[in-house]
Amino acid sequence: MHTDIAPARPALFASDEDPGFDAVRIQFEDRTLCVRGGTTVAAALLLHGAGPFRTTPVKSSARAPYCMMGVCFECLVEIDGKASRQACLAMVRDGMVIKRQHGASALDLCREGERHGC
Amino acid sequence: MQQSEILIVGGGLVGAAIAYGAASAGASVTLLDQGDIAHRASRGNFGLVWVQSKGDGFPAYARWSRDAAAHWPRLARDLLELTGVDVALENAGGFWIGFSEAEIEARGAMLAGISKATGGTPYEVLDRRELKARLPAIGPKVAGGTFCPLDGQANPLMTLHALHAGLKKRGARIVSGVDIATVAHRGGNGEFEAASKDGRTWRAARIVLAAGLSNRELAPQVGLHAPVSPSRGQVLITERLKPFLPYPTNKARQTHEGTVQLGSSTEDVGLDDSTTVPAIETLARRGIATFPVLSDARLVRAWGALRVMTPDGSPIYQESSSHPGAFVATSHSGVSLAAAHAYVLGPWMAGFAKEPDGFAEFAGERYLDPSRSFSNAH
Repeated sequence: MHTDIAPARPALFASDEDPGFDAVRIQFEDRTLCVRGGTTVAAALLLHGAGPFRTTPVKSSARAPYCMMGVCFECLVEIDGKASRQACLAMVRDGMVIKRQHGASALDLCREGERHGC
Repeated sequence: MQQSEILIVGGGLVGAAIAYGAASAGASVTLLDQGDIAHRASRGNFGLVWVQSKGDGFPAYARWSRDAAAHWPRLARDLLELTGVDVALENAGGFWIGFSEAEIEARGAMLAGISKATGGTPYEVLDRRELKARLPAIGPKVAGGTFCPLDGQANPLMTLHALHAGLKKRGARIVSGVDIATVAHRGGNGEFEAASKDGRTWRAARIVLAAGLSNRELAPQVGLHAPVSPSRGQVLITERLKPFLPYPTNKARQTHEGTVQLGSSTEDVGLDDSTTVPAIETLARRGIATFPVLSDARLVRAWGALRVMTPDGSPIYQESSSHPGAFVATSHSGVSLAAAHAYVLGPWMAGFAKEPDGFAEFAGERYLDPSRSFSNAH
């Protein structure tokens, strides 16, 4: 039961700075974004109108970054296939693939080479 | 000075459950809760409703634990109806997990002894293959385990919240921020008086000491003996995860909301409730050895809390013989025993029921017997 999240909306924040020569390209859901290098994933997404970053595990309500300093865990996203990363603590990297975190992380019980529960 | 029929000193899981049972039976109850300076074992509880292995060598306690679990569904249902609070009781059984054949054999012998002594407490001893079929996430180092269908889990914070909410619905008075320094019997009108450090007093014909570690100092003031001491347990908490662990275990449980709790240490460090790197490392390593998939889980919190431990790890429940109407209740199993504390101790201590059969064994004077020695390893 995922909350419907509008795919794009006007950014709540804006920056006067041009991404410039150190720009990197990241993918967020189905969008490719050109963002300034050296910023956090959370800052980059907020500047590009990402809207909600995740939905909560119990009630599936939408959430976005709150503390921006690693404490509140509201900014969780999936980064390069790893679930529930704190977007405010991860730096953008060229080619990074970011998705919204829907609910709780799933543990991979069937990882290659290990037979945890398959 | 304020009066009621029964005063409960201590608003943690033990005191609140007894108060709830007394109020539900019709008593006029005043609950005195200490507030933010309290050690608050109830806030650090792991949340198991645990039967297996309780009361080895103490059949009365083993039976009490078993019967307490049977009362739990009624408590969860009553609290939900009365307060709307769901305490997330799951009682489909629980697993103990072993890492060596010798450990599992010893465990099986102990559970057989308890079952015999109690006239039947169900359990199963499982080899690795059998355990894996029921808990697929166990790792390669796990050698087997034991299962008891009476075990379960509940949310300790919601249980405490629901008991307090239920008390208010039952018309009980809850007074917070009360640091009780003395309890005494006032001979003239036959009442007990509890006095706080800031000079406030409460009176009632009956008084229950459920003050956790403070019972050690309060009990002797009304002729009772409760030599409790702190035992620190540290717990590790993961991020919320999709369900992977359908039953509670002695080493980890997954809450209703998806959090995995890894526990717990047992340390004798006085009143220090902080966390330490070595204990956290041990818990993390053991958690991953038990369930290797947890190596991908992120940890979000750790905490330490102080168990209220008696010399033999078993509860003390007693009415004072020198000061009838004064009771002591102390146990480190505030969640496991909550429903029995409510429905059995509450009516007894409030004067609506006689002392339960066999309760003389729970008297604190057992620790004064020089011919007995005690261990609370658990």
